[in-house]
Amino acid sequence: MKHFILLGLLFTSLSVFAQTKISGRLTDTKNKPLRGASITIKGSYDGTTTDSLGNYSFTTTEKGDQVFEANILGYSSYSKNVKLDGTAISFNISVKELITELKAVVITAGAFEASDAKKTTVLTSIDIVTTASAEGDITGALKTLPGTQQVGESSGLFVRGGTATESKIYIDGGLVNNFFYSPVPGLASRGRFNPFLFKGTVFSSGGYSALYGQALSSALILESTDLPDRSSGNIAISVIGGGGGIQKLAKNKKSSWGFTYNYTNLWLAFNVIKQRQDYYTVPVDQLIDANYRKKTKGGFIKYYGYLNWNKVGFRTQDIDSLTLKDAFGLKNVNTYQNLNWKEKIGKGWKLNTTVSFSTNKDNIKSEIQNADDVKQDIVDPATNYAYAGKNYGVISKGQYAQGRFFLEKRLKGLNAVRFGADHFYSKEETDYNGSHNNTTFKNVVKENLTAAFAEADFYVTNNIAAKVGGRAEYSQLIAKWDIAPRVSLAYKFKDNSQASFAYGLFYQSPETKYLSSFVTNNFSYARAAHYILQYQKTSSKRTFRTELFYKKYSNLFKTASVQNIDVLNNNNGYGYARGVELFWRDKKTVKNLDYWISYSYLDTKRDFLNFPNEMEPNFAATHTASLVLKKFVVPWKTGFNASYTFASGRPYYQIKYDDVNNKYYLNDLGRTINYNALSFSLNYLPNLGKKKAKAFTVLVLSVSNVLGQKQVYGYNYGTIVDHKLPILPPSKRFVYIGCFISLGIDRTEDAINGNL
Amino acid sequence: MKKALLLITLVSFSSFLFAQSEKYTGAMQKNIAMLDSAMKNGTMTDLANNFLRIADAEKTQWLPYYYAAYCTVMSSYAEKDNSKKDGIADKAEEYIIKAETTAGKPNSETHVIRSMIASTRLMVDPQARWQQYGAESSEHLAAAKEMDPTNPRPIYLEGTAKFYTPESFGGGKAPAKELLEKALTMFDTFKPKTDIDPTWGRASTMYFLDMCK
Repeated sequence: MKHFILLGLLFTSLSVFAQTKISGRLTDTKNKPLRGASITIKGSYDGTTTDSLGNYSFTTTEKGDQVFEANILGYSSYSKNVKLDGTAISFNISVKELITELKAVVITAGAFEASDAKKTTVLTSIDIVTTASAEGDITGALKTLPGTQQVGESSGLFVRGGTATESKIYIDGGLVNNFFYSPVPGLASRGRFNPFLFKGTVFSSGGYSALYGQALSSALILESTDLPDRSSGNIAISVIGGGGGIQKLAKNKKSSWGFTYNYTNLWLAFNVIKQRQDYYTVPVDQLIDANYRKKTKGGFIKYYGYLNWNKVGFRTQDIDSLTLKDAFGLKNVNTYQNLNWKEKIGKGWKLNTTVSFSTNKDNIKSEIQNADDVKQDIVDPATNYAYAGKNYGVISKGQYAQGRFFLEKRLKGLNAVRFGADHFYSKEETDYNGSHNNTTFKNVVKENLTAAFAEADFYVTNNIAAKVGGRAEYSQLIAKWDIAPRVSLAYKFKDNSQASFAYGLFYQSPETKYLSSFVTNNFSYARAAHYILQYQKTSSKRTFRTELFYKKYSNLFKTASVQNIDVLNNNNGYGYARGVELFWRDKKTVKNLDYWISYSYLDTKRDFLNFPNEMEPNFAATHTASLVLKKFVVPWKTGFNASYTFASGRPYYQIKYDDVNNKYYLNDLGRTINYNALSFSLNYLPNLGKKKAKAFTVLVLSVSNVLGQKQVYGYNYGTIVDHKLPILPPSKRFVYIGCFISLGIDRTEDAINGNL
Repeated sequence: MKKALLLITLVSFSSFLFAQSEKYTGAMQKNIAMLDSAMKNGTMTDLANNFLRIADAEKTQWLPYYYAAYCTVMSSYAEKDNSKKDGIADKAEEYIIKAETTAGKPNSETHVIRSMIASTRLMVDPQARWQQYGAESSEHLAAAKEMDPTNPRPIYLEGTAKFYTPESFGGGKAPAKELLEKALTMFDTFKPKTDIDPTWGRASTMYFLDMCK
């Protein structure tokens, strides 16, 4: 009997404490119900998941002192000590939204980002190589984005009314001094860098971060690729040359090395496609590059370097004479080395260091020749100095070195601080040898520029963020400090669209070509203030963005003519640029068709260098628009790309120097016809889908200016007679045919998924 | 009386122990039985939470973490908003890492889940992400096959991948059917180690096979 009582007691004691009901509602701090949260008694199986109204209710057999927990992705977790004794408990809980990269607003004012990383971006690296008008050149693709100009007569990026020298290019933090091939009169040189070297591209058309400086208009920030997926070899053959290389991934997949060699010779192409210039040395280029990449404990070491030789020589009709010709020859040797090390150094700190070194040597020879291509020595150089001045030789050598480091610390949420310093060294030597009066002069410009920078990211909520920074620079040449503040703000609306604002001051030293022994005055930095307002709405398949900008230039460099050479005179130049830009990309409306449209309206005037007064610069068009189309037809294994570019006519000027009054004046002016260009390219992948193919081949055909529309970039004026000649593209159109073979990599799946 | 007390203590203690493992297996079986209906009703997140509670309470079992990861990655397939998929994939990855560390090392089944997580990330932006996540997904399938050649799930996943690949790229119904039929015969012979080890995939294999006809 006793036993029964005992057993009875045992069971009742169990059942008395058996069940406690817990219920309530989970919301965020704005009282919005949260669905899908996990509600639990810690260490037990008991719990539930909140419903669409944020309600929860469950019973637990646990008893005594326990911990009640609520967890949901993207919100702070909640826990509370509870006493479970069978009495029903009810909690209404509110949890705070965490600031996460996925939800947080992104500061985008002024910048276009192309990246393969997690974040959805406007452009990806593949887009850069499949843009028809780009011809495989990074900056060619950027020219289809708003803010850039279609300048065909000289190299570089002309952004928002700025000159090409106002745009600087950085690779892994290192400034690239000779990104483009050496300038040749009347032609735009390509970039030296293969787009496949980079995994991320940020193109800022204004308001860029304090981490970069010495560019009044724009910064192009490139990040090199990490380890390759596997070892491979590749061969390229085209109408303009050939090359090959290998990329080897270590067995442990921790490091890789590779090199490539490319030989370009335009002999065949120029024999088939008539060039306006008469080439006595067809362009020949050789480039050997090497890379080494290694994963470290908490980071990466990357090395990239190349050696590059090239030469070109051509004759054009002399502008002042009907019978004489100008012969221009250039031999160039360029080297580039960049070593970057990123490492987590503990306690949330990250160190990023870069060392880069480059050299450049241009050997230029200019001659005046007769109809039989014989050099003409000018008999009386004193009176015929304008002709005599066309016989000269220049050897210019440049050495550039940079050291940079910065430290970054991620704080709570997405807040972060970073600071660091840069030192740039450059030495440029010019040996000029003019045949008139046998004038020779040598000019050496040395510069040491030191910069320190700091920047902080503030995330107030997921919807409001700010980036505040500053940069201080000291140039030995100028012997002055500059302090450049940079601020940007971003706000995300309820519909996930966002608005950003950016403000910043930007300083730049003068171009060394205007610094000679004639320069005696003290001068300071040229300065630009940027104000940018942006609205952007992005979904995974569509992007719309528009930007309003105002840029105010002051202290721009003015030159004076000394012995027919423009040299730096003062800092009294000024100007402005303002405008509105639109960008629309859509991969959704038409199936398998990807297209983007960009439009820029630009109102700009400036007084700088040899401009006699404030006027519209000859490198800025008021209206610029691009349409880019891409379509991959799977059964044909072929991608079709086309792009159409329009730019309204640009002004052109004949600026002369009045030796008596010591000032420049306008002798003539005009406006070019509108610029129109349709480009087309086609990629055919014959091995697509063939299983176990040993090689993967891509055949490329591209045609520039398909319709043969007339393009005039500007006019050149004679120095003796007031005669002008249009600056035209070297040929009406260009056709490129190439074949790229990858060994060891089956790119079939890249091709499929690249076009899903 | 003393004997009786001792007896009661012993009985209740051993039954407590027995009840504990019974409770675990029971809870697991109950939730595993809900997998199909949860997928249909869009309540995979709820089910993931259930497994997670068991996982956090048990601490030494890898299977509850494994199922939590499986439910989470499956819920990402149903998610239509691409911008949310990375966050869900992060969660699934967190759970599968816990499963691997609890089990001591990765196994064939955890590699299957990791392959599915990589596929989720890939689908967010296939064009830009193929290089990284396409390779990652197939590497995990290869590892899954190597660690257990009898596991039908990597074969089934390969079959579905082929099914969605256009014919001109070496995909299509014919090669998919071949793999799916192979998976089906493997499902017939596959013996899970315990009653609660993974067995999912057979019904979906049948479904895709039906579509291949």
